[in-house]
Amino acid sequence: MINYILRRLIQAAICLFGISIIVFLLSHLSGDPALLMAPPEAKPEDIQALRVVLGLDKPLYVQFWMFISKAVQGDFGQSIRWGKPCLELWLMRFPNTLLLGGAAMAFTFVVGIPTGILSAVKAGRWFDNFGKAFALAGQSMPVFWVGLMLMLLFAVALGWLPTSGMGTWQHLLMPAFTLGWYFTAAITRMSRSAMLDVLDSEYIKMARIKGLPEYVVILKHGFRNAMIPIVTLAALNIVTLLNGTVITETVFNWPGIGLLIVNSIFARDYPMVQTCVLIASALFIFTNLIVDVLYAYIDPRIKYQ
Amino acid sequence: MLNSLSISETEETGRVSERFRRIRFRDIIRGVPWIPVTILVIFLVCGLFGSFITPHDPLKTDLRAVKKPPFFQQAGDMKYLLGTDAIGRDILSRIITGAGVSLQVGFAVVVFAGALGALVALLSAYLGGWVDTILMRITDMFLSMPYLIILIALAAVLGPSKNNVILIMAVLGWAGYARVLRSEVLRIKNADFIKLAIVARAGKARIMFQHIFPNIINTLVVLATLQLGNVIIMESSLSFLGLGVPPPEPAWGSMVADGRIIMNTAWWVSTWPGIAIMLVVLSSNLLGDWLRLRLDPKFRQL
Repeated sequence: MINYILRRLIQAAICLFGISIIVFLLSHLSGDPALLMAPPEAKPEDIQALRVVLGLDKPLYVQFWMFISKAVQGDFGQSIRWGKPCLELWLMRFPNTLLLGGAAMAFTFVVGIPTGILSAVKAGRWFDNFGKAFALAGQSMPVFWVGLMLMLLFAVALGWLPTSGMGTWQHLLMPAFTLGWYFTAAITRMSRSAMLDVLDSEYIKMARIKGLPEYVVILKHGFRNAMIPIVTLAALNIVTLLNGTVITETVFNWPGIGLLIVNSIFARDYPMVQTCVLIASALFIFTNLIVDVLYAYIDPRIKYQ
Repeated sequence: MLNSLSISETEETGRVSERFRRIRFRDIIRGVPWIPVTILVIFLVCGLFGSFITPHDPLKTDLRAVKKPPFFQQAGDMKYLLGTDAIGRDILSRIITGAGVSLQVGFAVVVFAGALGALVALLSAYLGGWVDTILMRITDMFLSMPYLIILIALAAVLGPSKNNVILIMAVLGWAGYARVLRSEVLRIKNADFIKLAIVARAGKARIMFQHIFPNIINTLVVLATLQLGNVIIMESSLSFLGLGVPPPEPAWGSMVADGRIIMNTAWWVSTWPGIAIMLVVLSSNLLGDWLRLRLDPKFRQL
């Protein structure tokens, strides 16, 4: 077990290192970073001075080392647009994304898992077909379009909910639904197949032979065992929520990390973009790591593959 | 007597072989998802010959027909079936032309990513050893990235253009193929016909590309069909954010974004292109699922 954890830890570190190279090169791919950061009326000698201050006159690998060693200490540089430390801005926005993501997750579990289980129990009947159609259609709609259609229906046509921004709980409903939408479709499919696998097993037949009532068979004997794959797969997919926040927050003008990334991109605020991408990647990789280790703990066969 | 017997025999065998042929043909046809295939054919025709079948010039603005609703609404006009946008461009024509963008990006990405993934899988699984270790670590790295966020950042840095979108998505999208195809190659690698090829002194490159590669094409096609829908959604997401295909050219994602500001007065501008995306993606997912069952029953659980 310890061996496995160590191996995965080293893998994660290598992966993060690779991404940090890409992130570091981001600002260099777009041309001279000093020109980008300097005000338009700056003189050539000012730009040269800025270059020295920022360390841009040093060789690339030295710059990379500086970037990495500062980032590890939590210093991601200053945002060009707001003139504040990037980390501080990130920490300001993060709770909003956490709130949105949490609400989306809650929605997903409350809707997706029961739908999937009921689909499996009623396999082949109309509810199952309806669930399958729902899952397929759900996975085929672009997130931004789902958001806009909801806005059209509930904000423009019916006027029940505010179109965008953040404030009351009504503001949270549409973004959470939009963000959770794709994920709900995925989790419905997962819980259906996990439940089908379990219902096929011998101990379910045994439970039925014993004459237990059907709801006990399904909830106590079936669902409890189906939970393991459902929860781990769900946890694995938490990270896809991270991707979704960029689009959802842009559509609904939700002041979280996703909107911060998009706004910083258009403001050419590269230190801010780098910070967001690097932290998002780190979160992404470490969530994956924790899920993998937990999975190996629950199901020891994983290690030997 | 003898003669008639032989005739009846040939008739018999003739009928048998014909029935055989009919059954095989029906087998191929059976269960083809016709609706998705039809939608994809329409998509293909629009993408390839879009400029010949658009009722209007997709870029021409008609200031007398700004924000015209679709034909079934009261103020609508048969001239503009699906209505016009904020500067009087015909939405139907723009959707037809936009199919070309999605088609080009979708196919180019799927082909490049698939080729790269297959190459990595072949090298990694067949050569093994340190090549395998290094290539698989790189594959793992690409698989554990926050895909869309890196995609957006790279697209922003390299600047919005169709070629950049294709390049970035292909470079970020090959890892899934490599992972799945590698296990395929590992399985085939130990088959008898490969051993025979080695005995016949076929070189490594020859074994990889002529003996193993044809056996992974089925899986490759299934993966590519399933990825196509995903690529179209990602491309439209980039275009929606203004980081994909630059403005004058109509892309479905940017058309949805165009309608966002005038949603209060013109619901149709955002709605139609989104439906187009959904239909094409749904169709390619359904076709991919069907192909998977047809060609590769092993991956039913994938």
